[in-house]
Amino acid sequence: MQVTSMFFKKTASMKLDDPVLQESLRKFKGKFVDARARAVAEVDAWETVRSHAARLRDHAIENLDAYLVEFERNATRRGATVHWAETAEEACEIVVGIAKANGVRKVTKSKSMVSEEINLNERLEAVGVQVVETDLGEYILQLANEPPSHIVAPAVHKTKEQVADLFVAAHHKPRLTDIAAMTREAREALREHFLTADMGISGSNFVIAETGTTLTVTNEGNADLVTTVPRIHCVITGIEKVIPTLEDFATLIRLLPRSATGQSIANYLTLTTGVKAPGETDGPEQMHIVLVDAGRTKFVGTDMQAMLRCIRCGACMNHCPVYQNVGGHAYGWVYPGPMGSVLTPTYVGIENAGDLPNAATFCGECAVVCPVKIPLPDLMRKLREKQFDRKLRPWGERLGLAAWSYAARRPSLYAALTKFAARFAAFLGGKERLIHRLPGLDGWTKGRDMPAPEGRTFRELYGERQRRKASSADERR
Amino acid sequence: MREHEIGPLPGIALPPDGLTQFRNECERLGSTCAEALRLEDVPREVASYLASKQLEPRVVLWHELASLDWAGAGIAIDDRPANGTDRVGVTGCFCAIAETGTVLLLSLPSRPKATALLPETHICIVSKMRLLDTMEEAFARIRNEVGEPPRATYFVSGPSRTADIEQTIVVGAHGPYRVHVVLVP
Ligand code: SF4
Repeated sequence: MQVTSMFFKKTASMKLDDPVLQESLRKFKGKFVDARARAVAEVDAWETVRSHAARLRDHAIENLDAYLVEFERNATRRGATVHWAETAEEACEIVVGIAKANGVRKVTKSKSMVSEEINLNERLEAVGVQVVETDLGEYILQLANEPPSHIVAPAVHKTKEQVADLFVAAHHKPRLTDIAAMTREAREALREHFLTADMGISGSNFVIAETGTTLTVTNEGNADLVTTVPRIHCVITGIEKVIPTLEDFATLIRLLPRSATGQSIANYLTLTTGVKAPGETDGPEQMHIVLVDAGRTKFVGTDMQAMLRCIRCGACMNHCPVYQNVGGHAYGWVYPGPMGSVLTPTYVGIENAGDLPNAATFCGECAVVCPVKIPLPDLMRKLREKQFDRKLRPWGERLGLAAWSYAARRPSLYAALTKFAARFAAFLGGKERLIHRLPGLDGWTKGRDMPAPEGRTFRELYGERQRRKASSADERR
Repeated sequence: MREHEIGPLPGIALPPDGLTQFRNECERLGSTCAEALRLEDVPREVASYLASKQLEPRVVLWHELASLDWAGAGIAIDDRPANGTDRVGVTGCFCAIAETGTVLLLSLPSRPKATALLPETHICIVSKMRLLDTMEEAFARIRNEVGEPPRATYFVSGPSRTADIEQTIVVGAHGPYRVHVVLVP
């Protein structure tokens, strides 16, 4: 996917003015939030499970090399072929190579964010392979020729009317607007593809080192068809997905669906290990597993490493007030919301991701809900510092910060300046105590009023209080 | 390398027995549950389920189940892996998990996954002797009885569903529309 993250500010204001998108977001807001809250409340040991999960993800990442090698050994033993891709380009070449070598004409795909990262569909289509997305949300977006706007609910920005129009154009059947009937129509259209594809491509939510297992988590059952019917199964996933044992999977799966959609469990958890056994009528003859780096090792051993714990549940974006109002496309790359604001600058370069670390109110909700306790606001703050150090912020902002840091290191100057500013702002606020316009800083007053301060600074009030205490203590003596 | 350390268990307030928990969770997921007193009674139970859903009494099933008296219950059987045209698939399972109302199936040449996946209705026979509390117990049992997970190790929790159009839940996406569990001793 093309990176357009440097235009966040501009795209975000366009999205705020888009009535259809705002309608979709209005329907979305709160639904996942409430469902998650209910599901989490059922688990007494939620915090203990979370801490354990964070620890086990850290352990896996700290020993990434060892677990990946163990995974490769076991997967190979079971008949799979493991490929390593350092870049997006390499990953595409590997998959295209597998398709060509086997005369693949049609691919069915279950949802894979990594494949979005590396533009895999485009590359396969360029060599004449038909690619069919089978997750209903991804299928809708493929018809619309749009990227996903959410990592769990990719078509969350589409209204059912828009989907109905897309289906009419694609299926040449009478227009339906009943969601159940539309879903059935898509099922019928896709069934044919499932049964005739030569290769299935899936992601893998985790890869399990001790058994050489890859796995899918879905509600639709589409990944099961993708990994069972075609003669070739190709898994494409990030190297950070490795976990040591089956027990670790059991722990993480208690957190993932609850955090994502508020379900106690997803309908289909499917562990796939190796190729079809002699005598089996289903399952692939070839299994290829492409382990993709594409920027992930850049996090290892840095102060951003905690980000690699991410299990792609989407809770951080569901709970983010910025995401809830601008949707996922404004973020300009595959990963939106708080996790995207941390991932994108590191994957594609901080200089290409302009405003993302600043696309936050720092309300802290994302860190509160993250099932693996990633301190997302702290990581965004670190990225902001890096941007400042590398002079990537506008000169006005840098000048302002430099002036502030000069004053902050000189207490009496700071006291005098804040005293003046507090009085001036109180004056601007007038009787209503509301500031309607702040020249030069109109972001604070556009579309809302800024409450004016009382007119005296905290230090003044505190000093006064201390003096009063001292004198009343004197009197008592 | 890590041993098989078991993480903290969820502390979900479990009802006094696993069976009640399993049934409650099935209901929540949209699966239905019935009980047969003996394995031999399964065909009759299946017949009455199919009749109640107005489904044709014809099933495709795993070979190991073909020896039950299906004809006596008025059901025609296809003893082969399911294909795209079968309406009802009948399978057994490796074990069931009470915590989440889940059935766990393992692939084997004689136990094709297609039979659980392709038909619109999946009927799964579960022995109460093989009802476990958690997924951790299921993995321990795989290690004990099978050694390691076979090619496909799949946990099914209710009929397939999607909420990709306006977050409206629709039951019956690409997998079965109905999951019916028949408990046997
Ligand atoms: S950062 Fe945390 S909350 Fe966000 S998607 Fe990843 S695991 Fe989920």
